[in-house]
Amino acid sequence: MDDDFIIRTRGFSKSYQADTPVLSDLDIDIRPRERIALIGANGTGKSTLLKCLIGLLPGSGGNVTALGETFSGSPTKTQLRRIRLQIGFVFQHHGLVRQLSVLSNVTHGMLGYPGSWRAAVQMLAPSEWRIRAMQALSEVNLEAKAMDRADTLSGGQRQRVAIARALIRRPRLMIADEPAASLDPAAGRDVMTLFSKLASDHGITLLFTSHDMEHAIGYSDRIIALKRGKLHFDLPAPQVSEAMLTEVFDG
Amino acid sequence: MVERALPRRTANLSAGGFTIVVAVAAVIIVSAGDVAPSVQRLADGFPRLANLVERMMPPNTDPAFLTRISWRILETFQIALVGTAIGLIISLPVAWLAARGVTPLGTFGYVFKALVSLFRTVPDLVWALLFVAAVGLGAVAGTLTIIVDTIGFCGRFFAEAMEDADKQSQEALAAQGANRFSVLCSAVIPDAMPSMINTGLFALEMAVRSSVVLGLVGAGGIGQELKVAFDLFQYQNASAIILAIFVIVLVMEFVTDRLRAMIQ
Repeated sequence: MDDDFIIRTRGFSKSYQADTPVLSDLDIDIRPRERIALIGANGTGKSTLLKCLIGLLPGSGGNVTALGETFSGSPTKTQLRRIRLQIGFVFQHHGLVRQLSVLSNVTHGMLGYPGSWRAAVQMLAPSEWRIRAMQALSEVNLEAKAMDRADTLSGGQRQRVAIARALIRRPRLMIADEPAASLDPAAGRDVMTLFSKLASDHGITLLFTSHDMEHAIGYSDRIIALKRGKLHFDLPAPQVSEAMLTEVFDG
Repeated sequence: MVERALPRRTANLSAGGFTIVVAVAAVIIVSAGDVAPSVQRLADGFPRLANLVERMMPPNTDPAFLTRISWRILETFQIALVGTAIGLIISLPVAWLAARGVTPLGTFGYVFKALVSLFRTVPDLVWALLFVAAVGLGAVAGTLTIIVDTIGFCGRFFAEAMEDADKQSQEALAAQGANRFSVLCSAVIPDAMPSMINTGLFALEMAVRSSVVLGLVGAGGIGQELKVAFDLFQYQNASAIILAIFVIVLVMEFVTDRLRAMIQ
């Protein structure tokens, strides 16, 4: 059961105010090891959907099964904790703590686990976590920068540290909201390539949103397109043409 | 000649505004008549002041006296250092509870904001009087005063530094399930640290300055000697003590400036 899908929604809908649904009637299946691009024009509810799928925002109708936990509306606290422990998050803004070392920022990935206050700075972290952090850093090729301060890195390097911070959790699902949107094109491609590689190396399911056609087609197995809060299409990446993407991005 | 419409020389002042200006000026002039030194007073006072300075010279350099005030100076520093250290430690949790958007208490955080304001707005000499009454004469009352002073100052500025800390890292960590305390230790405090160190050094400077005068109300330190010297008309002792205080404050400012430069 659990291995059939990472996320499944049936008739899912979400509205912030009654009668004005942001998302309506979504049936989405995400299976293990898939790389999914979620696309749509600004304001179509991509970020809202990402948050709803993992229980960070309550849904308004239908139900969601995420990483083995089924809920309609909000998940219970226990469910939410179980879900979060299996997810790595990467956002458009890296969200690193600028004053701290790269290594400390990576150990922050352990926050949320029991006894995790020790992950606040690498100095206090248990050896096992420091080892895991160094392993994660070597996966993103930044081992040499471990003791540099986060604010001395370039934009692309910072995003790679953010990826290492997600990776240290050994997640089953990696969620990335516009991970390349604030990077220059070359750094953006590097980051997307790294995501793809890590996902296949570690068998991680990847769910990312993007505004970039090249990224959506080039780094995903399947593209889910939203239009005005409804499912517009859900197709394997090779079957999606540029014309179809342009239509989606233009709303 | 072409007539040009020139802008007015004066800004528009409404009737109400004009009334307020006149009223404020009147209050200042009347008050000055009550409390400002008159020319006559100054003329009378100046020779007396000159006479006082003359009696202060030369400052007392008797070794026994110098040894005694050295111990008092040491005590002054001890009051300032220990008071600031304890005050800083207490300020951290207080600031956390008071900082808007960071506090785990929500709206109740204002209780701590108000407490910090109370500590800050009551002058240090008043706190010293209270503590002397409570724990008796001596350095302990002085240290307690400096602790309260430091919480009043650092509690406010630590809270502001925490409120200004980068939100994006806090949100990123909260999304993955970090609780408020973890977010505080891993993101808020590291981000606020440079500003908090700066505040802490200012607090130390202020503590030295106020520990010097706390003795005037009997709360230990060099000020106590100054009060005794004036009370017993030992003006040469007083001048030596005033010079010593001047040196203490100078040294303190020099040291904290260097520390600040080192950290940045």
